Amino acid sequence: MNAEAYPTAGLASSSVSALAAMKGVFARDMKVAFRQKQDLLNPLLFFIMVVTLFPLGVSPEVSFLSEAGAGILWVAALLSVLLSLDHLFRHDFDDGTLEQLVLQPQPLFLLILAKTLAHWMLTGLPLVLLTPILGVMVHLDGNSIAVLCLTLLIGTPILSLIGAIGAALTLGLRSAGVLLSLLIIPLYIPVLIFGTGTVAAATEGAPVGAYLALMGAFLMLALTLAPFAAAAALRISLSNG
Amino acid sequence: MWQIFHKLGSPKWFFGISTRFMPWLLVGGVLLLLAGAIWGLAFAPKDYLQGNSYRIIFIHVPAAFLAQSIYIMMASAAIVTLVWRMKLADMFVKAVAPVGLVLTFLALFTGAVWGKPTWGTWWIWDARLTSMLILLFLYGGVIALDRAITDDKSAARAVAVLVLVGVVNIPIIKYSVEWWNTLHQPATFKLTEKPSMPAEMWVPLLLSVLGLYLVFGWLACIRMQTEILSREQRTRWVKELVMKGKS
Repeated sequence: MNAEAYPTAGLASSSVSALAAMKGVFARDMKVAFRQKQDLLNPLLFFIMVVTLFPLGVSPEVSFLSEAGAGILWVAALLSVLLSLDHLFRHDFDDGTLEQLVLQPQPLFLLILAKTLAHWMLTGLPLVLLTPILGVMVHLDGNSIAVLCLTLLIGTPILSLIGAIGAALTLGLRSAGVLLSLLIIPLYIPVLIFGTGTVAAATEGAPVGAYLALMGAFLMLALTLAPFAAAAALRISLSNG
Repeated sequence: MWQIFHKLGSPKWFFGISTRFMPWLLVGGVLLLLAGAIWGLAFAPKDYLQGNSYRIIFIHVPAAFLAQSIYIMMASAAIVTLVWRMKLADMFVKAVAPVGLVLTFLALFTGAVWGKPTWGTWWIWDARLTSMLILLFLYGGVIALDRAITDDKSAARAVAVLVLVGVVNIPIIKYSVEWWNTLHQPATFKLTEKPSMPAEMWVPLLLSVLGLYLVFGWLACIRMQTEILSREQRTRWVKELVMKGKS
């Protein structure tokens, strides 16, 4: 199923530049993902269904939905990213490709960054693209939807990057899925607060530049630090097995 | 200096030295706590606005203070675990995480009890309350991960990574008061500033905080000793110690 080898694996030397290795990992992950299309669709379907639960379960009133809509979409996006995280390393771990990845001469954190980027392109980005449709369904106004999409565009990569740490830590453990949620949700809370805070400010007509800049700073922080933590965690998990 | 460093890494040395100063920690801590509590509950003046209900501060503030401070101590120990692989450091993290969890819960609980008469509600989604709740989750995550990994060494290192990642939350938690749009209740008390309360109130509070620190030190030692005994049970000195205890 998953036997697409890493392009760098056969070369087994440092003659492949780190950038080329990253590109190879990224392309390989995309290719493998598109061979199992259902796995790509599942988080998206989950996203839509969770959003559907709120109007039906809480209240279909326009006044409630337009106020809570951004939060609902953010929470749903957060949960679908969480749901998809298990796939980030699991298949590669099961068939041994992950060990080959760790053995590459290129720095592991760069390869993990490439994997995480692929994960975001496959889950986070589609969620952002779906958001305008669902935003209209929860009666958000145009401006709020635009800001919401922007916050999700900045926010979902942060979710993927932090999630990679959790996925690496829980690799190969029993009931890893629940444990992963327990570890990662507290770390997601600040991102959620700022994401929804930005949209709330936009709905009130306040300027959102500062909020977006802060989220951008979060993204930079996650982009630079999370791959290191994930690489360390991955090495620990692999030495465990 | 390096000698101390090596000694610190030795569970046997720690077991011996901690056995010697643990009684002092316990006695000192209990005395300070008692002094703080009796002074605070019985003799400190009544608050002109909140009446006697404010007296829960003598439990609430020490618990909240320790809860955050324990996390920072755990993070320092986590660095030591990852960099120098010192056994004692990872035992410390493992031993104190449940203590931190309990104190965080205590801080939240006493806060709720205090909130009812003064704010008129048990709970509001205020930045400070929420941030303590996140801290509670972080402690829970650390304990859960530690229990999930069976191998002691991998568990210690994985937990250390998690603790360090969680540290990112601490400044966010601290400044969320200013960042997050909310009906925020300003902090009632800060140790960094000159207290806005008379000395008869803050001195007993300080005593309680110090007392709780000492009791925490004792708890950390005894929990680490238990951990040492279970991990080193195959070594000769532990066997001898246990045999001596039996006879």
